[in-house]
Parts: sequence; C-alpha cells; structure tokens
Amino acid sequence: MKLTLRIWRQSSADQPGSYQSHQLENVSPDLSLLEALDQLNEQLISSGERPVSFEHDCREGICGSCGFLVNGQAHGPRAATSVCQLYLREFNDGAVLTLDPWRAKAFPPIQDLMVDRSAFDRLIAAGGYCSTGTGQAPDGNALPVGREQATSAFSTATCIGCGACVASCRNASASLFVAAKLAHLGQLPQGQPERARRADTMQRQMEAEGFGSCSSNLECEAVCPQEISADWISWMHRESRS
Amino acid sequence: MSNGLPDPRIPAGPLADAWRRTREELPLISPLRKGQMDVLVVGTGLAGASAAATLAQQGYRVTVLSFHDSPRRAHSVAAQGGINAARSVAVDGDSVSRLFTDTLKGGDFRAREAGCQRLAEISSGIIDQCVAQGVPFAREYGGSLATRSFGGALVSRTFYARGQTGQQLLYGAYQALMRQVELGRVQMLTRRDVLELITVDGVARGVVARHLLSGELEVHTARTVLLCTGGYSNVYFLSTNALKSNTSAIWRAHRKGALFANPCFTQIHPTCIPSGDVFQSKLTLMSESLRNDGRVWLPKNTGETRQPDAIPEEERDYFLERLYPTYGNMTPRDVASRRARELCNAGRGVGPGGRSVYLDLTDAIRAEGKDAIAARYGNLMTMYERISGDDPYRKPMRIYPAPHYTMGGLWVDYHLMSSIPGLFVLGEANYSEHGANRLGASALMQGLADGYFIAPSTVTAWLAGNPAQDVATDHPACREALESTRRRISQLINSEGKTPVDSFHRELGSVMIDRCGISRHADGLRVGLEQVKALEERFEAEVRVPGEASGPNAELEKALRVKDFFGLAQLMLRDALAREESCGAHFREEHQSDDGEARRDDVNFAHIAAWQHNTNGEPIRHSEPLQFTALQPSTRSYK
Ligand SMILES: Cc1cc2nc3c(=O)[nH]c(=O)nc-3n(C[C@H](O)[C@H](O)[C@H](O)COP(=O)(O)OP(=O)(O)OC[C@H]3O[C@@H](n4cnc5c(N)ncnc54)[C@H](O)[C@@H]3O)c2cc1C
Ligand code: SF4
Ligand code: FES
Repeated sequence: MKLTLRIWRQSSADQPGSYQSHQLENVSPDLSLLEALDQLNEQLISSGERPVSFEHDCREGICGSCGFLVNGQAHGPRAATSVCQLYLREFNDGAVLTLDPWRAKAFPPIQDLMVDRSAFDRLIAAGGYCSTGTGQAPDGNALPVGREQATSAFSTATCIGCGACVASCRNASASLFVAAKLAHLGQLPQGQPERARRADTMQRQMEAEGFGSCSSNLECEAVCPQEISADWISWMHRESRS
Repeated sequence: MSNGLPDPRIPAGPLADAWRRTREELPLISPLRKGQMDVLVVGTGLAGASAAATLAQQGYRVTVLSFHDSPRRAHSVAAQGGINAARSVAVDGDSVSRLFTDTLKGGDFRAREAGCQRLAEISSGIIDQCVAQGVPFAREYGGSLATRSFGGALVSRTFYARGQTGQQLLYGAYQALMRQVELGRVQMLTRRDVLELITVDGVARGVVARHLLSGELEVHTARTVLLCTGGYSNVYFLSTNALKSNTSAIWRAHRKGALFANPCFTQIHPTCIPSGDVFQSKLTLMSESLRNDGRVWLPKNTGETRQPDAIPEEERDYFLERLYPTYGNMTPRDVASRRARELCNAGRGVGPGGRSVYLDLTDAIRAEGKDAIAARYGNLMTMYERISGDDPYRKPMRIYPAPHYTMGGLWVDYHLMSSIPGLFVLGEANYSEHGANRLGASALMQGLADGYFIAPSTVTAWLAGNPAQDVATDHPACREALESTRRRISQLINSEGKTPVDSFHRELGSVMIDRCGISRHADGLRVGLEQVKALEERFEAEVRVPGEASGPNAELEKALRVKDFFGLAQLMLRDALAREESCGAHFREEHQSDDGEARRDDVNFAHIAAWQHNTNGEPIRHSEPLQFTALQPSTRSYK
C-alpha cells in the first residue's frame, strides 16, 4: 500500500518545529506503524537525511516506551492499543497520517516524536510503593487476598506509564496514571498502612510537576492502551477526602 | 587458578543448606562504613532493580545506569508466563528437591548443581518478597496464591499475574528502587549507554557511558560494578527480545578479560508469532503457558490448503501428544521447537511459506467457555489478534519457534563474580544455573534470586575484603577507556558507506539463525564463521551512520551494538563448533540417537566452556568441570 506520513520534526527543545511530509510506496499492510517508520528511516539515511526520532523498545505493547499522536489521537485510532501494535491494515491505501509528539507542560520535548516523561518516575518516587525492605517479608499466603480483589488490583497495576492519558487530556492531567497506582496499592492489604499518605504525596507531586487537574472529560480512559477505567479517578478523589 | 579458570568457590559439604552455611561465613560491613562506599549497578531489569534497591537499603551509595528513559521499561517487563518457586502448597508434592532436580535436568546437566540447589531454596522467599511489595499475583477464591504448570515440569509451581508476570514483578522492584531514590540513597541515571568497563590494576572500578541525549561520554567510578544488562538474543535480529537489548556491556567486559561462558546456548522458544515481511522488526512471544490448554497440531498431509476448521480430526496430527505421551504439549522448549521445525521442513507447515504450526484452544474453549480462557490469557489473545489480524478464539493460532533467551553469558563463580575481580554479573547477563536448556519460568526466578538475595551478601563480602580507595575520574585507566570509546565512536561516525545499520543486522541475524539456530552442524558453523567475518568487514567499509556524535543519534546507538554483536556471533559459532555433543538447546546434527534425540557426551563435555578473549589471535577455550553428587546425569526422556 501507499502512505503519506506528515511528521512533526523538531531537532531540539529550543528549536522551532514544523511538519515534513514523506511518501512510502509499497509498504506491506502487515507492518506495524513503527516498522513503517523504520522503513522510512532507512530511506532517509540512504539519502543523507536525518532519520525521524521516536521512542520504542519492546514493540509488543508492554514497555510503554512508544507513543505519539496519529491524526490527533494518542496511539492512533484503535482502542486499547499502543502505537507499536498499530498495524497498517487499519488504514486505507493512500491514507495521510499526521504524527505529533505528546504535548504537555510536564513532558518537555526532546526531538521529533520524543518527549521527556521522567515526571512519571518522580510521581512514583513520591509514594507509589509499599515501604518494605528486602528480606523482611512474611509468608505470601499469610495475608489472603480474595481473587476478585487481586484481579481488580491487577487491572489497575497494568498501567504501562506511556503518558497517553496526559497527552489526550485538555488539562494535561496525570490523574489516570496516579489513580491507577493508588488503586493498585490501595486495594491490597499490603498497601493499607501508607494508603492515605500515598494519596496525598502523589497528588501533591502531580501539581508540582505541572500536570493539570481533572475536569472529567474522560479522554484519558478512551486512549489508555491498558483500558484503565476513569472510575478510578473518582475513587482517588474519595481517597483524598476520607 | 586451575585450568586457566579462577576458583568457582563452590561450597564444600552437603548441597542442602550450602548457601545458608556460606552466607553465615561471609564477612559483614558496619552500616556506617557502607554509607561511604559506592556501588555501580548497570541495568534496571529484575536483576538490576532488585539488586540496586537492596544494596541501597543496606546503606551503600548506589548509582544506577540504564539506557531506558525509566527503569520501568527494562525488558523484564515483557515476561509473560510466570515465575517458579518450590512451595509445597498444592497436593502435587512439589518440594525444594524436586525443583532442584527439574532445574538441573532441564539444563541437561550443564549447570552447577550447587547453584541449582541454591536457586530452589531461595525461590519461595522471592514470592514472599514480591507479595509484600504489592505484586498482584493470581489468587484462588479463598485468597491463597494460585499456580499453574509450565513446559518440562509435572507439578504446578509457576506463580503468575495473568500474562504479565514480568511486568508486575518489575514494577515491584522498580517501586522499591524509586523509594530508595526518594530516600536519597540511589542516584538514578537514565538514558546512559554503557560502552566500556574500567579496570584499575585488574579490578573493575567503573564504566564509560554515553549520555543518549547530549552524546557526552561520562566516566563513572565506584568500589564495585554490577552488570545486569540482560540477554543477547538480538544477535539473531529477529527475536522475542526488545529491540534495544544488547550485548555491549558484557562484551566490552569480555574484551577486558571477563570469561564468556557457553555463548552458544540459546533457547529457541516454540510459541512465537511467525514472521512475515522483511521489514518486520521483531518476533512476539505467545506465552508457553498457552500450551497448558492449547493443543499443537499440523495437518497429516503435506501441501494442505484447507482452513483449519475444515480439516477433520482424523486428518490432524497432534504430533507432540503422539511422540511424547507423558509430557505431550508440555515437552520442553527445545524438543517442541525442533519437532515443529522438522515437520515444517518436511512440507507439512501451515501459513505463509509453510513456516508455522497450529496452537489450538478449541477444546479448552469448548470445555471451559470463552470467558475462562479469556480470564487466563486475555492479553495474549488480544496481542495475537493485533499482530496477525486473526481471532484466536475462532481460529487456531499459528506459531513458530524463535530465538528467545540466552543461557550463555559472562562466567561467574558461586558469588556471582566474574573472572574480573570486583565485577559482578547478575540475571540473564551471566551464565548461571540454566545450563543448556532453560525451562520456562526460571529466568525470572534466577534474576530475582541474584538481585534480592545473593549479590547483596556476596558484594558485601567482596567489599569487606577489598578496602580499596576511590578512583578519581581522571585516573589514567579512566582516560584510556574514555579515549578508546571515543575512537570507536568516531570510526563509525566517519565511515563513508551508504548502507543503514539495520540492513547489516538483518543479514547477521539470518546467518546466525541458519548456522547456529535450532540445530547446528560442523560444516554450517564453519561457513557461518566465515560469513560473519566477511559481513563485519563489509560493515566497517559500507555502513552509514548519519548525524553527529553529539546529540541524540539512534543510528549511532545501533551501530555500536551491532559492532559488538559481530564479535559475539563469532564466539557463539566457535563455541557451538567446539561442543561436539548435543545437549538441551544445543543440538548438533552429528550427535543424535537413531530416533533423532539429542546425544550428550558426559565423558568429554560435562563442563562449562569459558572463553578468554585473545587480542592477538583466536579466543582460548577453558573448561570448568561439573561434578554431580546429588543426582547423576541421566538421559532426558520426555516420552
Ligand atoms: C518476551 C519474553 C517473555 C519471557 N517470559 C518469561 C517468563 O514467563 N518467565 C521467566 O522466568 N522468564 C521469562 N523471560 C525471560 C526473562 O524475562 C529475562 O531473562 C529476564 O527478565 C532478564 O532480566 P534482566 O534483569 O537480566 O535483564 P533485562 O530486564 O533485560 O534488563 C536489562 C537492563 O539493562 C539495561 N542495559 C542493557 N544494556 C545496557 C547498556 N549497554 N548500557 C546501559 N544499560 C543497559 C537496560 O536498560 C535494562 O534496564 C521472557 C523473556 C522474553 C523476552
Ligand atoms: S493510565 Fe493508561 S494511558 Fe495513562 S500512562 Fe497508564 S497506560 Fe498509559
Ligand atoms: S514499544 Fe513497548 S509499548 Fe510500544
């Protein structure tokens, strides 16, 4: 198939950026969008141009490295999919795809489609853990966790830290990311001792990093590749009040 | 040194309890002194993150380097199936000694028994540790930990978190690490590519790293260095590993004197989504836990063109069940892979180019319902559907073997120290405990045993016995390492060629899979060696690395990696050639029984091969003999 990629090119944070269009002829519909970018990059390198920078690693939807906007949608049109798992068969022959980096104050641009998401690590450092040291653990069966409780905690623990929720929120809020972590640990007995403090410190850090607040327009839930429910954001707000 | 090898420091006396006895004798350091000692950890996968968090908790000043933008992205995140532990919870009679036996046998008697025993003993504590961190393992309705069974084992001892076990274990370790960052005990340096090891008077004292955004070269020194940089199956280009998994850190250490053990032992995983287009960049694994419920089959006839549901039962060959009545679809990975490849080569394969076999969940879905299957494997099913475009609930999946896990790595002694004093190697980067054929769910166990429990004790013992002074970053050894790294980079940047790096990497991968893949033979390995040498020369003359050494440059990163893969590939081929036997994952066609099973040679090859780099000639092969006291080598039979 044939494809036009209209890509945001920006050599560094302090340089202005602009769109550049590239044609891809004869690409297989069985390639992922990232593999199409690889193919484009090989062409650019051979013709002496700077290849397009984008983040990626596992290419199977689990590491959370990849992520950019495809025609204005975080990770592209397909629900519950990170952009490395987006295959060209989703698009029509001859389609024009506009690729933009995540845009959020807390995610400074690096180059082209790459941004700096280290704010997420600082959010976790602000309390997203159970304070337990190695070698001090009791028997794992000593604290029973019901199957449903474990499954529900698991469903929130699967957040891959991609940042799509932030990029698609008009306030660039990290509420879904933070709520997911609070809900993961807050639903397990191990997370109880620090539960209230965690909710407090993580939300404070969220503000300090320059993330906006949640105005419930639910775009985050729509784009989350792990389908983490925005109900957890309301849950988080109840946590803070209690 | 005996046999040209350092002492492997295997404890004397009975195996059971040897680790507890060893640990009790290891010297300790007072917490106050620890605060004056710095430790470098490279990598934040399960091995690196768990080690860094634990060492920091003990009081050391820890600096962590990783090329990812966040520790949470290390490739351990991708492990799907589960983690083994011996806990006699169910009634199937699992025990430490059974896990020990299965591990040693699964490695086809090419691993140290003391190491396997220690791993089995520690395993249960790993699960407790992770539970305490909030890892949401699957549970039974009553609240106790659930398990499932895995290839090569007859008991159910694999703990899991749906198909995302590695992810959940890694997040546990990552969170523990970030807690130490917050406490100020860990300095986390992300987006650093470690490209050289620094040794002072033969002792590991630091690394040279390239900052991936500025391109600047940095020197980091410490009392001791821990390499936790993962596996190298990307030497095959198409593998189940993340694209940036590499060999650089351990390869550079090898060039500085660290012995490389059993480089040719690569596990080929039987259940991957097969490849299609040339621009395909990776192979995606479908957890082999699917083999619990999935039946593997092929049409009996060659050249079958019907859709799978149109092929009646009597025309299907459930070949693993037919050939291995006891283990059936749960035969070990090497066996399942080889059988699939042979049948595909014989023209019975399905899908494009006849390069896949069916993994069929129809019976399980019929018996238990779609919801039960979805609850068990939901994310795998979605992943398959995304990639292949087919619905696995309605049509059998197509799978094919792919390079997956590398059992070889830097040689380490019982303390996880390499042959370079002060250099510890953890997780998949080391050679340990897996021997020739890792079974499923052992790698996660080994990485976490290394990081949470073993290294923290043995690193302390090393530091207690070697009270070295700090090394200044302008020490001549640092300057020299920096200079040689700079030269390597400028050679690549100034190369006048036209061909992108990936194109060489693809070619290297195809040579390696043909010559040193699921099965090997001497002629092929010799040809492979010549092909890799020729390709490396062409790479040097014809590669194009656009851009500058400063600033972000993904092509330069790749070029540095692929350059190291060329060296490693040659060592793998040599190692496979020298090992004149078939064992586990290493199948030499010259060494097979009449019915096509692997034939081990315990008289000549019951050893670990440990290769020494030789600047002026061919590498030198040393061997560490393996002794078996608790369990005598037997022929593997999975029939
Ligand atoms: C798809 C898949 C599924 C698997 N499933 C299972 C399973 O179900 N059960 C099981 O037991 N095992 C499984 N494995 C194997 C297991 O996941 C790995 O062996 C294990 O996670 C490796 O952990 P590690 O900490 O050694 O390395 P990794 O997790 O690979 O971490 C390597 C770290 O080193 C860093 N690094 C590497 N090179 C450099 C460098 N040059 N400079 C700086 N930093 C560097 C990286 O940034 C990263 O942080 C699976 C593997 C794969 C690929
Ligand atoms: S909540 Fe979803 S969208 Fe947000 S970072 Fe996590 S996985 Fe990505
Ligand atoms: S590359 Fe890992 S999630 Fe996309």
